[in-house]
Amino acid sequence: MSIMIDSIKCVGCGKCAAVCPGSLIRIEEKKAVIKYPKDCWGCTSCIKECPVHAVKFYLGADIGGQGSLVHTEESGDILRWLIEHPDGRVTEIDINRKESNKY
Amino acid sequence: MKSEKLTTDILIIGGGTSGCYGALTIAESFPDVKVLICEKANIKRSGCLAAGVNALNAYITEGRKPQDYVDYARKDADGIVRGDLLLTMSELLNEVTERLEKLGLVILKDENGKYVTRGNRNLKINGENIKPILADAVNALPNVTVMNRVNITDFSVSDNVIKGAFGFGIDSGIFYTIEAKAVIVATGGAAGLYKPNNPGFSRHKMWYPPFNTGAGYAMGIKSGAEMTTLEMRFIALRCKDTIAPTGTLAQGVGAKQVNSLGEVYETKYGLTTSQRVYGTVMENIEGRGPCYLRTEGITPEQDESLLKAYLNMAPSQTIKWIESGKMPSQQNVEIEGTEPYIVGGHTAGGYWVDTNRQTTITGLYAAGDVSGGCPQKYVTGALAEGKIAALAAAEYISGRTVPEITESETAVYLSEAEKYLSGPKPRFTYEQLEEAMQTVMDSYAGGIKTNYRFNEKQLTLADEKILMLMKLSDDLHAESFHELMFIYELRERLIVCRSLIAHLKARKETRWHSFAENLDYPDRDDKNFSCYVNSKLVDGEIKIIKRELVGEGQIYEHNDRQH
Repeated sequence: MSIMIDSIKCVGCGKCAAVCPGSLIRIEEKKAVIKYPKDCWGCTSCIKECPVHAVKFYLGADIGGQGSLVHTEESGDILRWLIEHPDGRVTEIDINRKESNKY
Repeated sequence: MKSEKLTTDILIIGGGTSGCYGALTIAESFPDVKVLICEKANIKRSGCLAAGVNALNAYITEGRKPQDYVDYARKDADGIVRGDLLLTMSELLNEVTERLEKLGLVILKDENGKYVTRGNRNLKINGENIKPILADAVNALPNVTVMNRVNITDFSVSDNVIKGAFGFGIDSGIFYTIEAKAVIVATGGAAGLYKPNNPGFSRHKMWYPPFNTGAGYAMGIKSGAEMTTLEMRFIALRCKDTIAPTGTLAQGVGAKQVNSLGEVYETKYGLTTSQRVYGTVMENIEGRGPCYLRTEGITPEQDESLLKAYLNMAPSQTIKWIESGKMPSQQNVEIEGTEPYIVGGHTAGGYWVDTNRQTTITGLYAAGDVSGGCPQKYVTGALAEGKIAALAAAEYISGRTVPEITESETAVYLSEAEKYLSGPKPRFTYEQLEEAMQTVMDSYAGGIKTNYRFNEKQLTLADEKILMLMKLSDDLHAESFHELMFIYELRERLIVCRSLIAHLKARKETRWHSFAENLDYPDRDDKNFSCYVNSKLVDGEIKIIKRELVGEGQIYEHNDRQH
């Protein structure tokens, strides 16, 4: 599992790089770059930080990934997960931060 | 490298769950004490809780007592636990839970305002932001300084008393000498010793942080601290491929472990953590794999809830369900064991500590996954240990002055770091040696390849090969400060591997299937091994020390400590 960073969208703010628990992202020429893609463990901390949704998460093919790209959008208490399938469909899941897990 | 000296009252190494809570505790009870947290990533999302957690697995539910939790943990570990540590931890589980709620953690409550429990020990939460909550609280404390992206590599110890630590900024490249009256080590456990499932592109998965390299154990071992029970490795039973936790399925929706014939096999092997792994291994060996958690037939509402629960903890599992187009109600969830880890929060490997969590080095305290003898900590137990260690450290420093670390001592550690940056390019990279180490451990020290089993001859070979890799690692070269950290991490793992091998060798019995399954000694031997196996590095050799079990109600002190 790893992330992709859209260098056109990226504004180089460095928030993703600052928060990565593996310090795997670096800012080079004002753009975020994933320096060690194989060291990503899929915690998604970086995608939650990105203000322009340039960072997207995906599952590697070796663990059954199908090529979807995942990012989140925040609005008030809602953390929305958007899973963009390769065929263009988008699955959205809204999580209210004030609501607990039920199981 | 530029070199700087820093001075503090208490140095906390690692800003994860217990490190952060330790800082909060000191600020609350001893507001004048200066605390410095050194964290190699960023405390906002570092450590085990980066993606969040969707349950608190250690809580004393209504009608139960802390002793019940001790009994549960002791049973799960077949007796090899520290009663004193488990009880002092269990007594704080509910207090730290309430504190977390006050800090902003969402915990599920019923209409009467009572926590809704899952089984006998668990609470349901929305813990996606549990780490940012802790980090915000810590960052607001006036006397606590947080230094992110500072990797600590060595302790400074004189006459068995802690004086501070050495490390460097992975962005700045500044070499730090940190003088402290007391040190709390809270660096987490050791991942990445063994070859993982899917060792290629997706070699790391969102469960245990691959960035927890066993630094705390290694620093302690190098400084002559005593370690305990490293041989009780932890192998997690996880959702296949994603390595997402299974508790939400097993306990949350009551999914049983079934083999490919649909038979429930968990009762056949027993229900302790190691037996659940062992049963899954055996079903596969005997041709009844793959194994699953039986989720088929759960309701669509449960599906919906599970998708959200996993996004709050291990997002890849939810993505896997969505990409496959099959929800857990339509398809059982395949499970497998992970590679072995050393994690004092699940099993009992780690520093040998007294009841106050002081290690055998005076003034050095250990909390969380790095601290031994006290398994089944989970989040709340790590918080509780952070509190216990912090209070003890704050009391210890009273009346003490800051010890001095001389320039010549700094020079030793600084020159070691500079050697990696300046030396010629060797034939091998840190990554190649890491792969070699994982292959050795996988093949000869009970990895996935051998169904977690080993014998003495294999362990002897493993030790020889790890020693050879240690020699090769002397000549590694770093192109950047970040790579310098990778070299230290590799060397930490190699040190932990050697101690682990010595522990596996020393427990000449099989008490825990899979966790420590010695084919030369396939049975449990209570006569000789109802005790702790401890170790200490003396003159470059690992010395094994057997110690008697310590029960609850006792206050354990390091009486034979030399200083």
